[in-house]
Amino acid sequence: MSAENLVPKVEGKVPFTKEDFESGQEVRWCPGCGDYAILAVMQRTLAKFSIPRENYVFISGIGCSSRFPYYMNNYGFHTIHGRAPTIASGLRCVNPNLVVWVITGDGDALSIGGNHLIHAMRRNLNINIVLVNNRIYGLTKGQYSPTSEMGKVTKSSPLGSIDQPINPLSIALASEATFVARTVDSDPKHMGYVFERAMQHKGTSFIEIYQNCIIFNDKAFVPVTGRENRDDRAVYLEHEKPLIYGKARDRAIRIKGLKPEVVELAKGEAARDDLLIHNEREEDPSYAYLLSHFTYPELPVPLGVLRAVQRPVYDELLDQQVEEAIKRKSKGSIKDLVYGAETWTVA
Amino acid sequence: MLTTKKNLKTTNAITVRFAGDSGDGMQLAGDQFTDTAAAMGNDFATLPDFPAEIRAPAGTLPGVSSFQIQFSESIIFTPGDQADVLVAMNPAALKVNIPNVKKGGLIIVNESAFTEMALRKATWQGNPLEDQTLRDFQVLKVPLSELTKNALKDQPLKLTEVERCKNFFALGMLFWLYNRSMEHTLNWVQKKFAKRPELAAGNVTAIKAGYNFADITETLPVQYEIKKAQLESGVYRKITGNQALAIGLVTAASLANKTLLYGSYPITPASDILHYLSSYKHYGVKTFQAEDEIAACGVALGASFGGQIGVTGTSGPGICLKAEMMNLAVMAELPLIVIDVQRGGPSTGMPTKTEQTDLLQVLYGRNGESPICVLAPKTPADCFTMAVEAVRLAMKYMTPVVLLSEGNLANGAEPWKLPVLEDLPKIEVKHPTASNAPFMPYLRDPQTLARPWAVPGTPGLEHRIGGLSKADVSGNVSYDPENNQKMIRLRAEKIRRIVQDIPELTVEGPQSGDLLVLGWGGSYGPVFQAVSNLSDEGTRVSQAHLSHLNPFPKNLESILSKFKKILVPELNMGHLLVLLRSQFPGHTFVGYHKVQGQPFKSAELMEEIKRHL
Repeated sequence: MSAENLVPKVEGKVPFTKEDFESGQEVRWCPGCGDYAILAVMQRTLAKFSIPRENYVFISGIGCSSRFPYYMNNYGFHTIHGRAPTIASGLRCVNPNLVVWVITGDGDALSIGGNHLIHAMRRNLNINIVLVNNRIYGLTKGQYSPTSEMGKVTKSSPLGSIDQPINPLSIALASEATFVARTVDSDPKHMGYVFERAMQHKGTSFIEIYQNCIIFNDKAFVPVTGRENRDDRAVYLEHEKPLIYGKARDRAIRIKGLKPEVVELAKGEAARDDLLIHNEREEDPSYAYLLSHFTYPELPVPLGVLRAVQRPVYDELLDQQVEEAIKRKSKGSIKDLVYGAETWTVA
Repeated sequence: MLTTKKNLKTTNAITVRFAGDSGDGMQLAGDQFTDTAAAMGNDFATLPDFPAEIRAPAGTLPGVSSFQIQFSESIIFTPGDQADVLVAMNPAALKVNIPNVKKGGLIIVNESAFTEMALRKATWQGNPLEDQTLRDFQVLKVPLSELTKNALKDQPLKLTEVERCKNFFALGMLFWLYNRSMEHTLNWVQKKFAKRPELAAGNVTAIKAGYNFADITETLPVQYEIKKAQLESGVYRKITGNQALAIGLVTAASLANKTLLYGSYPITPASDILHYLSSYKHYGVKTFQAEDEIAACGVALGASFGGQIGVTGTSGPGICLKAEMMNLAVMAELPLIVIDVQRGGPSTGMPTKTEQTDLLQVLYGRNGESPICVLAPKTPADCFTMAVEAVRLAMKYMTPVVLLSEGNLANGAEPWKLPVLEDLPKIEVKHPTASNAPFMPYLRDPQTLARPWAVPGTPGLEHRIGGLSKADVSGNVSYDPENNQKMIRLRAEKIRRIVQDIPELTVEGPQSGDLLVLGWGGSYGPVFQAVSNLSDEGTRVSQAHLSHLNPFPKNLESILSKFKKILVPELNMGHLLVLLRSQFPGHTFVGYHKVQGQPFKSAELMEEIKRHL
């Protein structure tokens, strides 16, 4: 990842402690909520970078996960439903020295804030977006969300949801996001790795976290990413490595025509050369899109960095336009602006 | 140029109206006529009036685009009630604009366009040029299209290009009629068509041909002259309200030593502010064309959170969408400038027409108790002053400020007496830095009640803000009942205290009496004209004008108490009126309402004033 190093991570010694990033406010998520793990991993991750805490800003919308900024000892703005990317964009455009994190949920980002999410990603502003996906509306007490599966029985869908769910990663890729990743709340180590990668990516980083809502959608992800299941039902993506998974690392993915299929390595179903090799730097988003639609039980669910490519960054382009305009026309003074038109004088 | 032996008369003020299809170049002809009025030292005011459709079906009534200018030797404040001269390029333009011409006024019609089909399209029964329809006017039938074609017959232009020169033929005629210099427009043509010299030559020929035609035709026996106006001494330029707003915002940013971030989503009639500001990048301005009105307000608020100046601009429908974000700015107590160039409503309404129907929306159109500072410019040039004022108040009081402009201020032009820049006061902004005491984001300034504006990136001041109810001083989330009420009172009191920072209201005319005409925003010009006309006739009536709608100037009530009756003319159904009646009971207020998409005419206000005396 040498090409995309944005912020220096200090190797070896850790410059800060997790406690440096704790605000001391009482954390008010439900006991057992997956957000606790996300918070802890975020605090531990930031401690590894030599960036003082005043240079981080956490911006959120509305929802359970959007309480996140209150618990971080940084600058924070708990805004309004779905709008966090807009405020993050404005902030980033006037201050290039801040590391800006947007914390959002499946309802906040994909329902009420869908428009802002896609536009932030297409602009490729230098911000990190964490979408905490629990496939349910928690704060409003259990209605189905845009990522809930068809037929989901909730308070607002007693006969089952008839809404087709959308896939956050596919939305991100369709929005031309330059960094797209997925991790799970039950795997702190992997989450930490993904957070670090996002920090080091220049441009918008989009991370989906499978998160467990213990009250309204408990164990929604256990069949796929539960500790006992995930080796067999998820595939951890590694750049330039084949997509091999399984407790015995005996299964892999091969592409046949336009379709991916599972092959059993032990049975000699495929030679190593035939296997799908992960390339997170593939410019064409079709490959990452294909990955984003891997769903259990047909295929293992991909975890890790699906896509990490370089593209011009909006806030830098904005600054460049200002600099170039100044170079071309020379820095305008208010006198030029006010008096620099056809004027006439009345004695 | 032929020398004329015709009669040259002087006159004080003239109102000219150009009208044609939206593709006929009427706005351009009007702009050139206006620039020349400026170059010749007249006072002037303009009223562009165009359809929302870019190219409505040619020749139809909804497709008519007009431009009115009053230019004068004395000081004027309106684009004129009715025109002395109407140029009508086709039957539709004539039909729509007959009510806009003075009885006895001159109508110059493009006779070439009065074909049977064109008459039918404009829904004329018969031909108004041949019947008694125009008997109250002087009519000059000119085959403008043919004359232009003849004048350009030797030039290498396509037929469509020749056809497009006819607006300049008409312009040339008016230049002769009002003894105008053609110099400004001829120079403009050369510059504009520098890369197409054949088009430059064609337009120059057309304008000169029009001038000469007017000179030799016997139907125009008199030429009029309008002398220079005795404007206050100073340096002037022509300005529209939208451009003045843009320049004002950049100036304010410079006075505050801040970066201006303007977030906007294109909307008529506010888009020009975005266009101007995006061409001002070399002044350090940043513009952000957002995905929607909400995002436009969000990026502006994000910039303010970041310690710079966040501004968003829109029209009424956009305000509906921004309301939630404006409310967050109220709760977070961050500076934010929201420009609302009001247009005809409700809903999509009449996008290119003017109204004053958003006052109650910006004051009350948000959930909860959400006091906000509201200002309104009174003329196009005043938009500059009020833009600076909005930024100053927003930063000093840590509050969103709404600037209520209007469609006709946005597009209308007038001479702007340029400020002496050295006299503009700096906008002082203080950002806190860390001290030994823990940082309290809602510890208020005892005088203004503004909270400290700590900028992300400042060590030691890390804190969290948001839309949830928060504790006094610490800003921590709080649902304490007493605290909630206290914070609501504090935010209201903060807005009230702005009164200490705004000028007192002044009365023009007698300081007490039977009738005060009290307006706000763009009604200033027509009210001023009406009141001064009546005063000249010996009528005793006074005018006061509100530029600050929340809070009101502190002496408002004492002024109200000096008059028996207060007439409140508004381009709405009584917004200021209900505010005054509820806040100042015991005074007699009467409203005068107009919601036709058009500004007030002085004559209608004069009549209304007389009814109350």
